[in-house]
Amino acid sequence: MAVFLVLGAFFLIPIGAMFEFSTRGDTVTSPRTLDAWKAIITVPDLVQAITASLQLAVITSIAMLLLLLPTMVWVRLRLPGLKRIIEFICLLPLTVPAIALVVGMVPLYRWIKINVSDSILMLALAYLILVLPYTYRTLDAGLASIDLKTLTEAARSLGAGWGTVMMRVIVPNISTAILNACLLSVALVLGEFTFANLLFYENMQVAILYESFVSAGTSIAVAVASLLFAFALLMILSFIGRPRDRVARAEEA
Amino acid sequence: MIASKPQLDRAGERSGIEVRLEQLRRVFAGVVALDELSLTIAPGELVALLGPSGCGKTTALRLVAGLDEVTSGRVLFGGTDVTHLGANRRDVGMVFQAYSLFPHMTAMQNVAFGLSLHKVGAAEQKRRAGEMLELVGLSPHAHKYAHQLSGGQQQRVALARALAIQPKVLLLDEPLSALDAKVRGRLRDEIRRVQLEVGTTTLFVTHDQEEALAIADRVGVMNKGRLEQLGPPTTIYSRPATPFVAEFVGLTNRMEGDVKGGEVIVRGTRLPLVKPDTPDGPAVALVRPEAVSLASDGDAGAGPLVGTVIAVAFLGATSRVTVDLGDVIVLAQMPTSQASANPAGSRVRLTLRPDPVLIARDEKAAAEA
Repeated sequence: MAVFLVLGAFFLIPIGAMFEFSTRGDTVTSPRTLDAWKAIITVPDLVQAITASLQLAVITSIAMLLLLLPTMVWVRLRLPGLKRIIEFICLLPLTVPAIALVVGMVPLYRWIKINVSDSILMLALAYLILVLPYTYRTLDAGLASIDLKTLTEAARSLGAGWGTVMMRVIVPNISTAILNACLLSVALVLGEFTFANLLFYENMQVAILYESFVSAGTSIAVAVASLLFAFALLMILSFIGRPRDRVARAEEA
Repeated sequence: MIASKPQLDRAGERSGIEVRLEQLRRVFAGVVALDELSLTIAPGELVALLGPSGCGKTTALRLVAGLDEVTSGRVLFGGTDVTHLGANRRDVGMVFQAYSLFPHMTAMQNVAFGLSLHKVGAAEQKRRAGEMLELVGLSPHAHKYAHQLSGGQQQRVALARALAIQPKVLLLDEPLSALDAKVRGRLRDEIRRVQLEVGTTTLFVTHDQEEALAIADRVGVMNKGRLEQLGPPTTIYSRPATPFVAEFVGLTNRMEGDVKGGEVIVRGTRLPLVKPDTPDGPAVALVRPEAVSLASDGDAGAGPLVGTVIAVAFLGATSRVTVDLGDVIVLAQMPTSQASANPAGSRVRLTLRPDPVLIARDEKAAAEA
């Protein structure tokens, strides 16, 4: 219990203080105001950056799933010898400092901006690499928890093509792992600063920095809002991430 | 409820089709797992492939299922070559050794899964899945998930699921191995009953000889990727074609003797040979325990071989008696009433019944060759 209190205080006091600060007026004596919060949805640069970050979070999650899930399933079923190599490649970004990764990507992104698109959404490519280690681990644990080979072979013998096997057998049985992987991607992308800043894109974190030069209150308000958003996602996950429990409860009722 | 067995659709197509394996060969990284296996399963027949682990029986089954690719050879279902057809297009029903029910579906949904892939309407799916569950006696458990069912129940749902799609061939890959002995026996009989009822041509793979002999129309004994013998269970047991079959199926005594003129003389008893053309000379005869009878030393009609009982294993209706003849230990199997007259330690005399015996390849000669 004491542990929870200490931990709770550790997390809640700074957030509470940030919220308190974000509702201050111009001077110490001015009345409380929500102007800083209103700015989140009214300052055009900020709105644009937040939208871009949310879009990037969704795109990165989807791209991650499309890339990793079929690859990991195929490697487990058909090329078990490659598992080590795939794992090594996926975990590699963890060992390379973000700054080194970015420096390596600068020429690539210069080329992309000129030849492909200068949209901020191109950052999803870099973010895909960034989220690989975390999502790989999560999905790997999910796949290890089911008898992938037998379930796949059973479905195949019943007439299922690979698409059906994937969507109707594998995905429903590792849904928790998939949701967790998505949550990690979303959290990582929303909190990302280094890549965007050094590659000259304005995502949410970069926008918060710029906004802090103009209005400290607004930048803090955005920071609190993004934290609350992440908490909300976690809560949603813990409620919808356990279909098996829901079934069990339904049967007890 | 009066047990009116569910009426199955397409009764005409239920009679089963012929399955033919032609010189199937599978090599894994230079190791021959299956060597030129040829086997024809008649429509509606149940053939069991029996052998120790690594003998190629599971490889053969996976090649028929399409879950593995042949190195050479052909698989034919009712005359149609399916060798290069994917597993999902072969129309096979399969039950696995490992529990294979989809964990996120109820028993009913599991059985209906295959039907939904065969473009069967929702109402029809439900009706047929219900029928199949009734066939395996699990209607009351239709809405349970795999983790709420016992191992035996899960395998019965798996059987219902495999049969629901009205497969051309039913493939059973050691479906009973994960179950405990009592459930295993019951489910074995259940599988046979259901198989006879639907009449689907079936290939059953097992390492358990008792299971194979009890359930199959014909048993194929495999060793090192080759089919050693194929025949009805009684033939496999009483007329083993090779020493491997004799020793793998049932228990055997190895007894030294002399082959002379189409007979083998084992310790003074003349025994006929399964293969009378065996060349004369010293040999090892394989004698079944039930061909050995014993009587107390001194009894009238006691046999010529004197020995001491060193152990009596009670097996229920029969008992297995281990007798030390001094230079060799012999197993004898007999009704328990007879065995109990000779407890461990008593002196007995053995008689060998003149059943045809097989000659094991002389190991010394084999080592020199």
